[in-house]
Amino acid sequence: MSTAYAQKNGFFAGLWDYLTTVDHKKIAILYLIAGGFFFLVGGIEAMLIRIQLIQPDNEFVSAGLYNQLLTMHGTTMIFLAAMPLIFTLMNIAVPLQIGARDVAFPFLNSLGFWLFFFGGVLLNCSWFMGGAPDAGWTAYAPLSTTSPGHGVDFYVMGLQISGAGTLIGGINFLVTIINMRAPGMTYMRMPLFTWSSLVTSVLILFAFPALTVGLFLMMFDRLFGANFFDPSMGGNHVIWEHLFWIFGHPEVYILVLPLFGLFSDIISTFSKKRLFGYSAMVFATVLIGFLGFMVWAHHMFTTGLGPVANSIFAIATMAIAVPTGIKIFNWLFTMWGGSIRMTVPMLWTVAFIPSFTLGGFGGVMLAAAAADYQYHDTYFVVAHFHYVIVGGVVFGLFAGLTYWWPKMFGTMLNEKMGKLAFWPFFVGFHLTFFIQHFLGLMGMPRRYWKFQPDQGLEIGNLVSTLGAFLMAIGTIIFLINVVMTTMKGEKVSGDPWDARTLEWSIPSPPPFYNFTQTPLVRGLDALWVEKRHGNGKMTPAEPLGDIHMPNNSFIPFMMSLGLFIAGFGFIYQVDDSSFLILAIAGMAITLLSMFVRSVKDDLGYHIHKEDLEKGAGSE
Amino acid sequence: MKGWMGKSRILLLFSSLMLFLAGCGDPQLSALQPKGEGADVIYDLMMLSVIIMVFVGVVVMAIYFFVLIRFRQKKDHEDYIPKQVEGNKFLELLWTVVPIILLVVLAVPTVQKTFMLADTTPAEDKKEDAITIEVTGKQYWWHYNYKGQEVQTSQDLYIPTGERVYLKLTAGDVIHSFWVPSVSGKMDTNPGKNENEMFLHAYEEGVYYGKCAEFCGPSHSLMDFKVIAVSPEEFDQWAEDMKNVNTDATPESQSAQEGKELFKNKNCIACHAIGSSPAAVGPNLTAFGDRVQIAGILDNNKENLIQWLQHPEEVKPGNKMTGKYGNTEAEVPLTDDEASKIADYLLQLKPSEITPEDAQ
Repeated sequence: MSTAYAQKNGFFAGLWDYLTTVDHKKIAILYLIAGGFFFLVGGIEAMLIRIQLIQPDNEFVSAGLYNQLLTMHGTTMIFLAAMPLIFTLMNIAVPLQIGARDVAFPFLNSLGFWLFFFGGVLLNCSWFMGGAPDAGWTAYAPLSTTSPGHGVDFYVMGLQISGAGTLIGGINFLVTIINMRAPGMTYMRMPLFTWSSLVTSVLILFAFPALTVGLFLMMFDRLFGANFFDPSMGGNHVIWEHLFWIFGHPEVYILVLPLFGLFSDIISTFSKKRLFGYSAMVFATVLIGFLGFMVWAHHMFTTGLGPVANSIFAIATMAIAVPTGIKIFNWLFTMWGGSIRMTVPMLWTVAFIPSFTLGGFGGVMLAAAAADYQYHDTYFVVAHFHYVIVGGVVFGLFAGLTYWWPKMFGTMLNEKMGKLAFWPFFVGFHLTFFIQHFLGLMGMPRRYWKFQPDQGLEIGNLVSTLGAFLMAIGTIIFLINVVMTTMKGEKVSGDPWDARTLEWSIPSPPPFYNFTQTPLVRGLDALWVEKRHGNGKMTPAEPLGDIHMPNNSFIPFMMSLGLFIAGFGFIYQVDDSSFLILAIAGMAITLLSMFVRSVKDDLGYHIHKEDLEKGAGSE
Repeated sequence: MKGWMGKSRILLLFSSLMLFLAGCGDPQLSALQPKGEGADVIYDLMMLSVIIMVFVGVVVMAIYFFVLIRFRQKKDHEDYIPKQVEGNKFLELLWTVVPIILLVVLAVPTVQKTFMLADTTPAEDKKEDAITIEVTGKQYWWHYNYKGQEVQTSQDLYIPTGERVYLKLTAGDVIHSFWVPSVSGKMDTNPGKNENEMFLHAYEEGVYYGKCAEFCGPSHSLMDFKVIAVSPEEFDQWAEDMKNVNTDATPESQSAQEGKELFKNKNCIACHAIGSSPAAVGPNLTAFGDRVQIAGILDNNKENLIQWLQHPEEVKPGNKMTGKYGNTEAEVPLTDDEASKIADYLLQLKPSEITPEDAQ
């Protein structure tokens, strides 16, 4: 076992460090860079879609390209932007909030990232290899199974690899939160972000296997000539719809629940009050998670399941409004009587409340099965889920990134610039999506490449596109803020927001071992308790001692790279069986890496007590 | 937003919303101006949910704005520490129970209407002459077979007003969705044996716009169709005309006669039927001259028809007619002269006295 810890310098040393890192804080940064990049890609796709729809009968992009754009916009935003950015927040905050030195499985954490990354890259390679997937992000069979070219094959392989990464990441956080809490951090003292991350991890654990199964069946249909979804060969395409939504519905809660938790933390911090109805909030989170699994068929009201199934799923769906309502009111009453500071994270949170409430209203309206016969597959649905996903998830990501930026980088995003980014984005968001409710009811189905002139749809589409430009401006200002903040590099203290939870009790950015001594938690909002009743510092739960750390590893990168190569092999063996060599070679790389991982002793290293004392002195 | 100012503004918002909801969009397309039983029933449910939502929204927004204005941190009060309130049982119960009640109010009619709209058995007394139509969605057009009437058409669906017409829906290739917003909600058409049922019941005569609502390929957005509701007498007349159509009739003009020959020689007849033929793989062209639009999206005139015949791929990308009569993308499949003659032939196919104009 090594005991040395040496810091190397230089660009390549730094790059190597990130390629091999198992430190959750660096993995958070990796997720941020990759997720941020894909967010921009998805945003550009969105802009192209809106430009195409700026006027009727527009010829800006062709029908085929438009379908690729809309498919990739949805797929990218859900799987390659929102998911990884949420993992950014979970990686940066969860271990720190529970007072842990690391996640339960640092190696798996790295593996999860690289699988997601290579899956995402594979999916986007399709743009340069004869066309992206074009069957919608839901990839309904038989449109997807009969789609010509290799686009949908990239969808299947890319999501399979990337989904495995997410599943691994979810399991890791589940174990971390259950096993690695500091002394005194009982379940009912966990910050809401950690709570919702726990529930989200459970959802990932149960939802992603359904996607895996669905993708496997589709892979066999498309790449190996099976007929699971082909009605003329005895298959049934409705099975894909079920499998997809058994995954797909919980997925929206996977995306939004952690941000519900985050908003709770932010509201409580910037109102200087403990969360109103903490236990009800926890209960509501768990209940939403549970109900999230019970309602998938509300995506299928018009599939023809019959009135009994439709009624059951309608009522189950409406039920979700109750715990969500509990949350909204608890947030309002956390602010009630507080002392509200309107910082940028708080601004995004405050904007989230009415936006998400409107999204929820749309949800209840959609839940009324009979009425859904009019809304389904129209712009009403597009408006609803953008209200939920942008108004909940994207607002939350902006809030969370601004909130934890100092913890990640030790610098603070500029508040003025932050507000300057917020306003165009917020106004643009409502301009873009509110009117789409009406467009849908006025007869505009979703996924329309063109709309006909003189059918009353011109103004709505024009307004919507103008709004999208405003959102783009907001995003660009946010990016400028990031660049300027990074260039300036002004250091901030460990607790710049005067916050309440454990992650703010250590320096920004935290040392790689997080806590020199594991803290003792004495109540909800652990740091706040010490600020009010102690000396403002956490009491250590253990004497100063050696800290055990895991070694860096290049193996996760290699395992994922192997699957990436194999992906190409599987896709192209349809045209030419010699490509099977690529599939075999890729799988060999992955299996060999796994073998090396299994037989090599990797016991990590220790940071000695003496070095810690020196380190502590210099801080 | 305090006092009467706030209230009046909310009232204004509410009433303008209602106005907006009540009268927008094209009346032949908009779900907000119901012209049939299904759309009507759904519109009522929609309004009920909007009223409930507006009520909840007003409460939430009132608290929201009050809190944001009243409880902002005051200048020179940075050190003020508010009371750390744990919760309030009564309030929390209140905002659990009230939403449950509101949802029950919405859930009961929802279930009722879901069952009502799913009831596609003709009422006893009308069982004999209830009209049943088999609808098949295909990339990117619609086929209709009037059951027991030997009438087959495509694209324009004629129905009588004032009664329920029952539809049996399937698809020929991928999933489509049959939607006539101003008459009724939509229903998917599934390929294979997953047959779906729904009914159309138009209150008044009119040409209603229909759309395919399920993503079905490149020309998904061009898969438009029309529902033409005429009086029951006119409908009977139309059905009679369609049944007795003489497919061997010689067209009047010379050019149309030659067009008829070309139609045969260029093998159009291999896919398209004129008259009643269940074997046709392409749209049935029996009443082509009376169609509201060509291919569902182009104005019905000769110029557009020639364009469609010569460059189908430009009009509807990914359609199944492209390349079917010996063309590649580069070359024109039919000469100008040939296309013109075929167009003359097709446009004079008007077997019935009842046309879309009768529905205006």
